[in-house]
Amino acid sequence: MSHPIDLSPEEEAAGHFSGAEAPTRRRSVQSHGLRLVVSEWGDEAAPPLLLAHGGFDFSRTFDRFAPLLARGGFRVVSWDQRGHGDSDHAPLYSWDADVRDLLAVMDSIGAAPIPVIGHSKGGSILTHLIQACPHRVSHFVNIDGIPFQKTPPDVQDHERTKLLARELSGWLDHRAAAATKVRRPGSLDELARRRGRMNPRLSLDWLRYLVRAGARKDPGGWRWKIDPALRPGGFGPWRANWTLGRLASLPVPMLAILAREEEPMGWETTEADVAPFLPARSRAVSFETGHFIHIEKPAEVAALVLEHLS
Amino acid sequence: MSVVHLQHAKVSLALHPLSEGDGRPLLLLHGLGERSPKALAGPVAGWPGPVHALDFTGHGESSPSGSGGYTAEVLMGDVDTALAHLGPCTLLGRGLGAYVAVLIAGARPTQVRGALLCDGIGLAGGGPVPGSPRVIFADSGGNASPDPFALAELSQDVRPPDYATAFIRQANELSGLDRPVSVCCVERPAWLEAVVKEPGVVEANVEEALRGYAALA
Repeated sequence: MSHPIDLSPEEEAAGHFSGAEAPTRRRSVQSHGLRLVVSEWGDEAAPPLLLAHGGFDFSRTFDRFAPLLARGGFRVVSWDQRGHGDSDHAPLYSWDADVRDLLAVMDSIGAAPIPVIGHSKGGSILTHLIQACPHRVSHFVNIDGIPFQKTPPDVQDHERTKLLARELSGWLDHRAAAATKVRRPGSLDELARRRGRMNPRLSLDWLRYLVRAGARKDPGGWRWKIDPALRPGGFGPWRANWTLGRLASLPVPMLAILAREEEPMGWETTEADVAPFLPARSRAVSFETGHFIHIEKPAEVAALVLEHLS
Repeated sequence: MSVVHLQHAKVSLALHPLSEGDGRPLLLLHGLGERSPKALAGPVAGWPGPVHALDFTGHGESSPSGSGGYTAEVLMGDVDTALAHLGPCTLLGRGLGAYVAVLIAGARPTQVRGALLCDGIGLAGGGPVPGSPRVIFADSGGNASPDPFALAELSQDVRPPDYATAFIRQANELSGLDRPVSVCCVERPAWLEAVVKEPGVVEANVEEALRGYAALA
């Protein structure tokens, strides 16, 4: 990995985490003029599957989880969503744009139906994609990406309905500042700790590893690569029950993996919430973890996923 | 009078001054696929203050996204950018611009001194509930105006009635106006049927509504 600024030995060391592997291949896909960076793990000739990350994450947050699926015999393909990771920052962001970008990545893999796995917002945009293009998907794994009562914290302008004056003016104030906004710099450890506020159950070593993959160092310090125009939360006309109510329509078997421990980014949907809406040949399983189930329990989640796909 | 270019995140917005005058500005918001008028016509010509017209993102002389991502909420941010430049305004929105006027009237209640909702393209949006899920495609946006993605996405955004009325309630609560919104249009999509029943929303013709808002302190 090349950086314009030399790294200290500690910063170099932060780029290693037990069990984590950088993508085997990196490439890019054009989605209507926007360059999206694609990460792949495993044998290029193996059957492909697609991994979709959550809001404010990036494909390399799968550096620990994806290699386990690759060792299970898959070519694992993920991408940095617009504005996230190494992909282009876009003039505009929306749910519909994310779904269109996702289809551009799928088109770069092939037309045959493939398994898809999504975490958080990634699970939710995949739910939309499967309903819009059911012929493109063979199996679905949704990792804490089913909205229920609580409005998801990592989606923009889509799932939320809560309207508070403060929320509206806060959103507009953020947009007003976005033209000139840059990510706040800090030391590698400061960025790791900042992220730890939203990911309190993840180890500092893992968060430091994420800084190495998701931030860059310039003369001012380390800064996350994510577009500063993006902001967690938001509001919009969409209702969680529109997504939930249509889960039952999915024509592919779904494995829903849910978290039992509450944390800031969690969606707090339980097995009982999902049970009435499960499509045929599907099941819901929960873990004693927070929202990042595949990071807290990578081996267990990978084993479940591989069993679901077999 | 020359066009003013304002920056809204990565988009350059064109704000067209149409006439000078004393007092609070009137800001015109066009419909879907339209652009700002070149000159004043009809009842707005009698507005005592200056009149401006804003090209929404991907319309007229404002820059396009090219890769889509259009939402009514983003256009609300366009209007907020114009309000930050002009100060408090009365708004007159056509079609899509009328819906956006409702959003910003609720979100910046002290900056919007009355909103007139008029017939125009894009008043209904994608209806009150989502239809069958689809992936929205358009011919490559490039630099076309209007941006084909704007036409495709902003004609399909869902507009639940209770979402629109939540903004009206914000306007009622926080604007200090008795009648923050005037409905001057004939077409009544579901969101507007609900809006027109809210307190603080009156049905009026454009001339009456403009006179009322011009008289506000």
